[in-house]
Amino acid sequence: MTPSNAAVELTRKASRLLWLRSQLRNIAPFATLLALIALFSVASPSFTTWDNVANILRQVSVTGIIAAGLTFVILCGEIDLSVASVANAVGILVAFFTMQDSSVNIANMPLPGGLAIGLAILGSLALGAVTAFGVTVIGIPSFIMTLAMLQIGSGIGAMLVRGQIAYNVPGIIATLGAGSIGPVPWIVVVAAIVLLLGHIVLTYTVFGRTVYMVGGNREAAEYSGVNVRLVLAAVLLISAVCAGLAGMLGVAHFGSAQQDEFDNYLLDSISAVVVGGTSLFGGQGGIGNTIVGLLVLGVLNNGLDHVRIDSFLKILIRGMILLLALVINVYAQRLRASQTTA
Amino acid sequence: MPRPVTPLELKGISKSFGGVVALQDVDFTLEPGEIHGLVGENGAGKSTLMKIIAGVHTEYDGTMCVAGKQVRHHSARSARAAGIGMVHQELSIIPELSVAENVMLGAQPTTRLGLIDWAAMTRKATDYLRELGIDVDPRATIGGLPLGLQQLVEIARVLSSGARIIILDEPTSALSPPEVEVLFGLLRRVRLGGRSIVFISHFLDDILRVSDRITIFRNGRRIETAAVAYVDKAWIIDRMIGAGHRALEESYLGEIALDSRPSAPVVLETQGITGPGFHDVSLQARAGEVLGIYGFMGSGQLELARALFGKTRLRAGQVILKGRPLLLRNTAQARRAGIAFLPESRRSMLFAQEPIYKNMSISILGRISRLWLRPAQERAIAAGHVKHLQIRPASVDRLLGTLSGGNQQKVALAKWLTHLPQVLVLSEPTRGMDVGAKDDVLTIVKDLRAKGIAVVVVSTEPETILSLADRILVMKRGTIVHEFAAETVSKDRLLAVA
Repeated sequence: MTPSNAAVELTRKASRLLWLRSQLRNIAPFATLLALIALFSVASPSFTTWDNVANILRQVSVTGIIAAGLTFVILCGEIDLSVASVANAVGILVAFFTMQDSSVNIANMPLPGGLAIGLAILGSLALGAVTAFGVTVIGIPSFIMTLAMLQIGSGIGAMLVRGQIAYNVPGIIATLGAGSIGPVPWIVVVAAIVLLLGHIVLTYTVFGRTVYMVGGNREAAEYSGVNVRLVLAAVLLISAVCAGLAGMLGVAHFGSAQQDEFDNYLLDSISAVVVGGTSLFGGQGGIGNTIVGLLVLGVLNNGLDHVRIDSFLKILIRGMILLLALVINVYAQRLRASQTTA
Repeated sequence: MPRPVTPLELKGISKSFGGVVALQDVDFTLEPGEIHGLVGENGAGKSTLMKIIAGVHTEYDGTMCVAGKQVRHHSARSARAAGIGMVHQELSIIPELSVAENVMLGAQPTTRLGLIDWAAMTRKATDYLRELGIDVDPRATIGGLPLGLQQLVEIARVLSSGARIIILDEPTSALSPPEVEVLFGLLRRVRLGGRSIVFISHFLDDILRVSDRITIFRNGRRIETAAVAYVDKAWIIDRMIGAGHRALEESYLGEIALDSRPSAPVVLETQGITGPGFHDVSLQARAGEVLGIYGFMGSGQLELARALFGKTRLRAGQVILKGRPLLLRNTAQARRAGIAFLPESRRSMLFAQEPIYKNMSISILGRISRLWLRPAQERAIAAGHVKHLQIRPASVDRLLGTLSGGNQQKVALAKWLTHLPQVLVLSEPTRGMDVGAKDDVLTIVKDLRAKGIAVVVVSTEPETILSLADRILVMKRGTIVHEFAAETVSKDRLLAVA
């Protein structure tokens, strides 16, 4: 039985089509990004300037650091709703350990900068450890557990500043958050490094592989002798540390540490991960997707400002883009599943 | 006084699934007020027949009469309306609701406003349960009750819906002996009311104790129906596995000489371990030996296998590997200690959306390198397994989900072949595989035995156990009831002790 050349050609075409379909999760967000860039370039001359590119990058940096950690969690098929609140708490914490002006009425504890940063990072680790304990040892679903941690993080921040605003942070944090080297803002460099590190860990390390496997089929991972609970604890810790780092730099970036200043970052970071095409069910996607997702959101937000659109309509448009991404996400999942169970 | 009508009569029932004949020209009659036992091996056709009666399968040849009137159910709903109720092996109670709510489910009494009349519901359910002799608080949440009681409540619900014919599928498999007594008491009372019961079970002792008549199925045919008073277990088993055709069957239907090696060192030992689904299990697995653990569905052997790999925690007892007590808190510990495991369902051991090589390397990643992945090495190792095990298609980058069942099973086995474990626990290793793939898997397992691994094979299929095992333990209701070692054993002897 020898297949004719035509048949071979046909199967080759079919398999290419299958491959394309399986890559829908990666192609769709990238196509969206290109379309948005093209759209805004035509609509507004001020959109395609170097200044504006730097602007967009700066605007997505804090979200990017949070989203890097969140990608790990979502790849495992879990969610972390506490990221923005942990960021806020840790940002306030580092300010709390820094000498403030006499006009700031906070019972703070001034410490050397290095120690203040160390304690703040320890704080983010502690919050992450509590989340990890609740999810992996007690067995609380991550959605609920991190919802509780969202409240706890807000509470800690509120207790520390008591409605006041702190301005000073350790020097190095101030530089990384608000300074720049040449034309490039430091915070963009930090975000790039964090995302790159995340990509390296996920793609090239044994731990990264187990993250994908736990997300792909948790039961199978367990039956292969993977310590699933340890992996889940690790991703929740990574997420908390990334959020803490984003919190410290964010406070410097905004120029103040106060209650509720990170509120938008929860939805932004989840949107970035999901719009980029990482599966909400776990196991598919990665940092590359998250970067594309960040840029889609960044270009959209920034571009809508350039075309002078009604600011209320802007919110609606963002919501619709997110909905579209979710539809593609679920559809891509189903396509892939139907191919592999056929 | 007129003669009571026959509650159920089937004539010439045939049914096939895509060319495979499941039932062939079966007649079946149920008398009023009788308990009718139904036996046969897996796939003999008894479940198919019951599903036709209960309206689950609606396409078949032949006729069915309920209470003298010819019917043709077009759904499970219409079968229920005709007075036929079925209690499946997996209960369909709603665990979060109360006993009363479960009993009255779908028939809740309502007030004039259309709201549920809670007082009436509790009262009705209480009366009902008392009438059946079921001693349970109707307000209790059913999920918190012992399984035996849950099952009785489910039967009560089927009865309360007005069923005159009740079909019970393996009702005793998960029950303790006292619970079985209660169930039988209930069935006898139900029978006194003139209702008929069909009782499907692998437990011949149970069938013999409670049934009035028994029907035996084999290969889609009704072999014989007889009054229980005149038959015994040996007679039933003979007809179940077909004594006359033994020569035509494969050799393992005859006597198998077990080849135990009492001199080989003990690798894995358990001392009185108790966990979910099994209790007080003590066993020894020796190097270079295949230990078979056989039992019917629900006898606890699958749960035992999972616990040996650290998937579920032990409540009591100890697992000892090569003389050292093991702490099995999770599967990673079991793997590091040298225990390997293959679960009974392929879906729960493989990553359908990942390529073959990632499926194979997942349990040895830490051995290849502690920190960085070495994909080239992973692929090379996987390529070796693919060639050795003749996995098709022979490409390590193929997504696993596109492989056939037999090839998937080989990939799952390959996971444990790179660094040989001390103990390999296989749960239902040949379930749902065609003959060729089955043979391949058996060959691999025998190969591993030759390499000195202690292999534990857990199965509900006697053929698998008989064709592999050097020594056989039989489990029943969660504990070991018999051991076959250094003797000859046959399928009927195996079934007789289970």
